[in-house]
Amino acid sequence: MIAQPGKLRPLGDRRPNDNLTSVFSNLHIDWPLLAALGILMGIGLLILYSASGQDWATMQRQGVRLVVAWLVLIVVAQIAPRHLAFWTPWFYGIGLVLLLAVLLFGDVGKGAQRWLDLGLFRFQPSEMMKLAVPMMVAWYLSEKALPPSLARIGVSLLIITAPALLIAKQPDLGTAILVASAGIFVLLLTGISWRLIGGFVALLAAAAPVVWFYLMRDYQRQRVLTFLNPESDPLGAGYHIIQSKIAIGSGGLYGKGWLNGTQSQLDFLPERSTDFIFAVFAEEFGLIGIIALLAIYLAIVLRGLHIASLAQDSYTRLLAGSLTLTFLVYVFVNIGMVSGLLPVVGVPLPLVSYGGTSIVTLMAAFGILMSIQTHRKLLQS
Amino acid sequence: MANPETLKDHIKETALFSRRIVAAVVVIVLLLGILLARMVYLQVIDHQHYTTLSQNNRVSVLPIAPPRGLIFDRNGIVLAQNQPSFTLELVPEKIDDLQQTLARLAEIIRIEPSDLARFHKLRKRRSAFKAVPLRFRLNEEEVARFSARGHLFPGVEIQARLTRQYPQGALAVHALGYVGRISEEELQSLDSSNYRGTTHIGKTGIEKYYEDQLHGTVGFRRVETSAQGRIIRVLEEQPPVPGLNLYLELDARVQAVAEAALGERRGAVVAIDTRTGGVIALASMPGFDPNPFVNGIDSKAYARLANSREQPLFNRAIRGRYPPGSTIKPLIGLAALEYGVVRRDTRIHCPGWYTLPNDDHRYRDWKKTGHGLMSLRGAIRESCDVYFYDLARQLGIDRFHEYLSRFGLGQRTGIDLFGETRGLLPSREWKRRVKGEAWYPGETLITGIGQGFNLASPLQLAEATATLANGGVRYRPRLAHYFQDQRSGDIRYLAPQESGRVPVDNPDNWRYIIDTMKDVVHNLRGTAHRIARGARYTIAGKTGTAQVFGIKQDEEYVQEDVELHLRDHALFIAFAPIEAPRIAVAVIVENGGSGGGVAAPIARKVLDQFLLGENS
Repeated sequence: MIAQPGKLRPLGDRRPNDNLTSVFSNLHIDWPLLAALGILMGIGLLILYSASGQDWATMQRQGVRLVVAWLVLIVVAQIAPRHLAFWTPWFYGIGLVLLLAVLLFGDVGKGAQRWLDLGLFRFQPSEMMKLAVPMMVAWYLSEKALPPSLARIGVSLLIITAPALLIAKQPDLGTAILVASAGIFVLLLTGISWRLIGGFVALLAAAAPVVWFYLMRDYQRQRVLTFLNPESDPLGAGYHIIQSKIAIGSGGLYGKGWLNGTQSQLDFLPERSTDFIFAVFAEEFGLIGIIALLAIYLAIVLRGLHIASLAQDSYTRLLAGSLTLTFLVYVFVNIGMVSGLLPVVGVPLPLVSYGGTSIVTLMAAFGILMSIQTHRKLLQS
Repeated sequence: MANPETLKDHIKETALFSRRIVAAVVVIVLLLGILLARMVYLQVIDHQHYTTLSQNNRVSVLPIAPPRGLIFDRNGIVLAQNQPSFTLELVPEKIDDLQQTLARLAEIIRIEPSDLARFHKLRKRRSAFKAVPLRFRLNEEEVARFSARGHLFPGVEIQARLTRQYPQGALAVHALGYVGRISEEELQSLDSSNYRGTTHIGKTGIEKYYEDQLHGTVGFRRVETSAQGRIIRVLEEQPPVPGLNLYLELDARVQAVAEAALGERRGAVVAIDTRTGGVIALASMPGFDPNPFVNGIDSKAYARLANSREQPLFNRAIRGRYPPGSTIKPLIGLAALEYGVVRRDTRIHCPGWYTLPNDDHRYRDWKKTGHGLMSLRGAIRESCDVYFYDLARQLGIDRFHEYLSRFGLGQRTGIDLFGETRGLLPSREWKRRVKGEAWYPGETLITGIGQGFNLASPLQLAEATATLANGGVRYRPRLAHYFQDQRSGDIRYLAPQESGRVPVDNPDNWRYIIDTMKDVVHNLRGTAHRIARGARYTIAGKTGTAQVFGIKQDEEYVQEDVELHLRDHALFIAFAPIEAPRIAVAVIVENGGSGGGVAAPIARKVLDQFLLGENS
C-alpha cells in the first residue's frame, strides 16, 4: 500500500520548531551526493578562474549557469519516479520529433546544426536525449520480466540507435556516443547474458567500417587520423594533443601551483577553458590533485550506484544505474582524449568545463537520482 | 495477493542487478585505473621529458595564409585581385604613455571614437606583448605620413595584409560573387588546419564554387619566443602554396556591353559559346559593388540593397523564373515537324482567335485582326499564336514535355554556380503531383505559346538556343575556362562537357526551323527585322513577349494603361552566325514590353561586340 507520509502523521504531533525541519526533510535532496557535487563545482570554478586568465566576466557567466543548473536539479528531484515513468514515452517522443525538426528546419548550411531556435531561447534537443534515451529503454524493459527476451533487446536497440544516428548526423559524434552509451548501459544492467554482450561487441567491431565511411564527416575522420599520429598535423588538432600532453606531463607529482601553469597561462594550450580544462588542472595541481579529483568523481559514481542498488523497482534501478555509468563515461572520455588515450571527440569534463548545456543536463540527471533515492524512503514509511 | 512467481522473479532480478552493479564497479575501477596509470606515465615516468618540452616550449607555430588565386576574364582582364591593405597596430607593452601616443597619432591619422573603443576592448583581451589593431584600411597618404614619423612612435607599426578587391566594381558581380569573413558556421565544416590564418572565404558566385582551387594551402613559420611569448627569431618556414589563378570563359568587354545595354532596366543577358558551353556573358541588372562586402558591409547599406524593390542582390540570370513566351515557338515547331504532327507546308487560317471544340472560350492571338493564312515559317516569323494553339493541341502535352526537356528545360543546366533554378516544364505528372489536378486541354494551348505554367531562367533559354544552333549537341554551361598554377605556370584546362544530345530525325527540319528564325531577323515581316540593319553576319532569332498578368476575355491590353511592374516581359533569343554558329544569347527585360523592340537590340549589341569586337 502506498501511503502519503504527511497524512500518516497526526496533526497534533507537530512541534513548533518542526516547520523548518520538515521543509528540509520534505525537500527531496540526497545530501551526500549534493555535497560531492558542490565540492566538484567548487574545484571547477577554481580551475576555470586560472584557465580563463583570471577573467571575471567568464566566471560570472559560469556562475549564472551553475545557479540555473542547481535550480533544475532541485526541481527535478521533487518529481516522483512514478511521474517520471508516466511521462517517459512522451518525453522521448517529443525529443525524437525535435531532433528531426533540427535536421529539417535547422539551417541547411554546411556547418553542424544542433540548435533549435524557439524564439525566446535556443534549445539543443540532443541534450534532452541524454536523459530521454535511458529513461525510455528503462521504461520499456521494466514492463516485463528481466532479463529481457531477444525481441525486446532488439526494440531497445532501435530506441537507442534512432536518436543516436540523428545526433551523429548533425554532426555531433561526442553527444551521439554519450546518448548511445546511456541506452546501452540500461541493457547491460538488465542482466542480459555475457554471451549476448560479446556478440554485440563483435557486431560493433564489424560495423566500424560502415561508421567510418558513411557516418563520419571529413573533419571527424581527420580527428581520428590525427589521434593516431599527432605529429602529422602540428598546426591543427595534433597541436591540441601535443600541447595538452606537455601540460599534463610537466605538471609532475605536485603541479606548478594554482595560476602558475606556463602551458596554460602562456596561450600554448588551446580550448583550455572548455574541453581541455583537465590539462590546466593537471599542470597546476599535479598527480596529487588528479588523484583527489578522480576520488571525488569516484565518490559520486559510487553514491549513484548505491542509490541504484537500493531502488525498489526495475525502472528506477535501471535508470539510476545507467545515468551514473554515463557520467563516468563522460569523465573517462574527456580525460582520455586530453591525455592522448582517445581521439578528440568534443566531450567536456563534467561539471568542470566551461559551458552551459551539458551542466544543466547532468544536474537534471542527478536530480533524477535524488528523486529515486528520496522518494523511496517515503514509500518505506 | 502476490503471485509467488513474480515475487521469485523480483528477487532474481534484484540479485541479477546487484551482480551487474558489482561488475560495473570492477569496470569503473579498471577505467579509473587506466587513467591513473596514464597520468603516472605522463607525470612521473616521462615528467622530465615533458618538463624540458615545456621549458623549451618557446617554439610556436604560426600559420601563413596562402594568397588567394586571381580571377581573369578570357582576355586576361583582372576581375578579382589581392591588394595590400594597411593596418595600424600598437603593442601596449612597448609604449610608455599610451594616452599620449594615441593623442599624437590622432594628429597624423584619422582616428574615430569607434576605432578607439574597439582598440581598448581588444587591448583588455590580449597579452600586453601582442599587437592590437587601432585603424584598418589606411590610405596611402596616411601610410606615407606615418612612415615619415615612424621612429617617433616606438611600439606602433603598420601591418600589410592582402585583401580581396574587385577592380571592375559591379561588373559581372552575379557571376563572380565575392569573398567575406568566415562565419562561425562555415568554421565548423572547414578543414580547420588549412584555414588557420585565413580570414576570408568565397560567399557567392565563382568565388564560392571554386573555393577549394582558389584558396591554396596554408604555410607555417616556427618561431622561437621568449618566456613571455615574444618572437625572438624564425627557426623554420614553410611557405604557403598560393591558390590557383582562374581564367574564365567570360569576356569582360561583352559583359560590359550587355550590362550597359540593359542600362537602368531590370533584366538579364546570358551569352554562351555554342562550341564549348563557355559562358561569355552573364549579366543580371541591377547589380551591386561587391567590394564593401569583403570586410563586412555596414548594415544600413546592406538593408538598402536587400530591401530594394529592384532586387539587385537577386541573380536573375540563373535564378530568375520567367515565362519564355514565344521564344519557345521554334522548339515547339521543331518538335511538331520531328514527330510528324505537321508538314513544312501545312497552312492554317488565323482569324485572330482560336477555340477548342465544345468550348466557347476564345484563345486570342496577340494580333487582334489575325494573321490570315499562315505556314509554319510565317507563324514563327510573325509569331502567330493561333498557329501554335493548333499545333500544341495536335502535339499534346506529353510529347511537348518529352521534346523540350531534351533541350534542358525544366532541369538545372549544371553551370558552375550555386543556386540555379530548375525552371518549370509542366507535364501531366507534375500537375497531378503538385496541384493534385488533371491536365486540361486548354492548358496545352497556353503552354504551346510559352505561357501558362512554363518557366525558364535566362541561362536555360541561352543553353536551349545553343543546343538548337549545335544541331542537338548540349554542353554544360561553364564560366571557368582553365586554372593556372601561380608558381610553375602550369595550366589545367576544363574540357567542354557534353550534357546530352537531342536526337535528329530529319536534318532538313532543323535547317527549316533555323531558316524561319533567320526570317525573324532578316525578313522585313520578321518581328525583329529592325536589328538586321547593318549586320555584317547572319542572325537567327526569336522574339518573345511574356504576360505578367492575365487579362479578361473581353478586355484589351493597352500598354500605357498598365502599371509599370505589370507590363509584359520582353524576351529575345538568338544565335550567330547562322552558317557556323559561335554564340547564343538570351535576353530578358522585365516589364520591357516588346521583345522585338526592346530585347532584340540588346542582343544585337552583345553579338556585335563578341563577333566583331565593336563597341556600338
